[in-house]
Amino acid sequence: MTTSAAERTGARDHGPEPAAAPAFGRRRQRSALIGLPVAVLLTGVIALGVGRYTVGFDDVVRILLGQVLPIERTWSDTEEAAVLQVRLPRVLLAMLVGAGLAVCGAALQAVFGNPIVSPQILGVSSGASFGGALAIVLGLGSTALVLGSFGFGLLALVAVFATSRVRGPAPPLTIVLAGIVVGAFFSALVSLLTYLADPYGELQSIVFWLLGSLATATYGKVAVAAVPVLLGGALIYALRWRINVLSLGDEDAMTLGLRPRRLRWLLLTAVAAVVAGAVAVSGVIGWVGLVVPHLARLWVGPDHRVLIPVSLGLGAAYLTVIDTVTRNLGVAEIPLGVLTALVGAPVFLLLLHRSRRRMWSDA
Amino acid sequence: MLEFDGLGFSHDPGQDPGRWLFRDVSHKLAPGEVLTVLGPNGRGKTTLLRCVAGLTTPTEGRVRADGAVGFVPQSHHTTFAYTALDMVLMGRVRHLRALATPGRRDHELAYGALGRVGIGHLADRDYPTLSGGERQLVLIARAIAAQGPVLVLDEPASALDLRNQGRVLDLLRGLADEGLAIVLTTHHPDHAMEIADTAMLMFGGTDVRIGPADELLTDSAVGALYGVRAHTLVLNEDPGGAPRRVIVTRYDQELPS
Repeated sequence: MTTSAAERTGARDHGPEPAAAPAFGRRRQRSALIGLPVAVLLTGVIALGVGRYTVGFDDVVRILLGQVLPIERTWSDTEEAAVLQVRLPRVLLAMLVGAGLAVCGAALQAVFGNPIVSPQILGVSSGASFGGALAIVLGLGSTALVLGSFGFGLLALVAVFATSRVRGPAPPLTIVLAGIVVGAFFSALVSLLTYLADPYGELQSIVFWLLGSLATATYGKVAVAAVPVLLGGALIYALRWRINVLSLGDEDAMTLGLRPRRLRWLLLTAVAAVVAGAVAVSGVIGWVGLVVPHLARLWVGPDHRVLIPVSLGLGAAYLTVIDTVTRNLGVAEIPLGVLTALVGAPVFLLLLHRSRRRMWSDA
Repeated sequence: MLEFDGLGFSHDPGQDPGRWLFRDVSHKLAPGEVLTVLGPNGRGKTTLLRCVAGLTTPTEGRVRADGAVGFVPQSHHTTFAYTALDMVLMGRVRHLRALATPGRRDHELAYGALGRVGIGHLADRDYPTLSGGERQLVLIARAIAAQGPVLVLDEPASALDLRNQGRVLDLLRGLADEGLAIVLTTHHPDHAMEIADTAMLMFGGTDVRIGPADELLTDSAVGALYGVRAHTLVLNEDPGGAPRRVIVTRYDQELPS
């Protein structure tokens, strides 16, 4: 990010008139980049305190700081266990998955020049969920579940790659169609597995997991998800300005000196890694990757230099809030994917209705 | 420097005779040269420009340029509502390392380019909300910020008002005088006569004439090219100065073909 002072001096040097009121102010972008980390931290503290066994927010902060600083112990063992052993892995996982999916959504929407696509479009979510469901039906452990999600998620990507690239470069629409076809194929396989699964054992865990859930979060899962999510996410973050150029379309990108195909596949691979990592630990959580980038774009505008980090923070906070609601709303836990869809779909319709002309000029 | 040699394009080259949009087009642009391409709709002006810019593969011939060829399309739209400044900044992508974002110098160049085309005050406006002419100016600014040695523009004055037409012509002539090689299409013989060193008249197929603009652009040539009656007017605008030649057409009378 460059300083606004330098930019304004530049404007005065060259422009005869003062800059008109910016549509998306740079101040708005800066306040988002400064405010969001604070908001994410606050959300985390609240999520750690809220639950069947309530812990005061000041105690939550003290318990967390007590891990690294010598602080006098004013909290009980039960409170510490609730915060550190039960809730913290779950909150961390929610943040990791929410941030990852939101960043993937923002990147995909730019890659395809189409604001309606989301991580599911690649078929990676379906592929990954089949891999996971297969591991459950075969009665394998959680390591196999994670690896299966990875493997089939990547397989789905390769299938999309292979079918869309028959002759010459694949136009974005072809990739989208290929992703839908591959996704439908793996969804059918998952349906087949639920048909074969034992209704009193495996089926319940498959269905619960397919609806998306963070209820089984452990530090082990956090570690497993962190590797692909952070690697893929870091790559997308590093390329965030080039994403702007890519979103102009292949021809424009080429005349500006960018190799669109190479960058596109680099981004798609990063997205596949993040999505596979997220699905392996939490099942299919829909809508986050669609709704959060839209909210972020309304807030700070479409420049991906700002949009990617804002989507990241917003995604982390959003999923943490939703997950905290799922585990506190009723006696039995509501599947996370159900709630993200129930919240996401109406919000998205509202956004679509209100901001169609502002967000993209498709006319 | 930009050179194209034996350039030809046909959608159906196999046929005998193949239906060539244009064929055997060769020219070598020196730095500082402005080439203006004229011809009726559908004669392949845009296709020729796309071949030169590397966006379309010519059926025959080859193009060689001493560096990046900047291309300014005639019309353009974006999916996302980037600001004019962000659009111009993207012209810098060739100069930045893969994982870099534009720095202070890139911002200065972008503001400078916007100022140079006279729309510094539009820097923070959303690109899709700009008028067609303003968008064209943003794209020209983007090409300037890209700092390539060759600039290719498809009807850069087509969406501009009279004042901005003059501005853009001045600007292009100025860029050429700084050493850029520039190719543009236009339907206005006056624009060509104002800034072009070389003119290309696309009569169709293999009949493509290239030559010094002041020799090639006569009323009879322009009349024959577009199938209209054209006349030359000589204006003595300032006494003592050189007279200016303009070509005017009669719109009510088509030339018998």
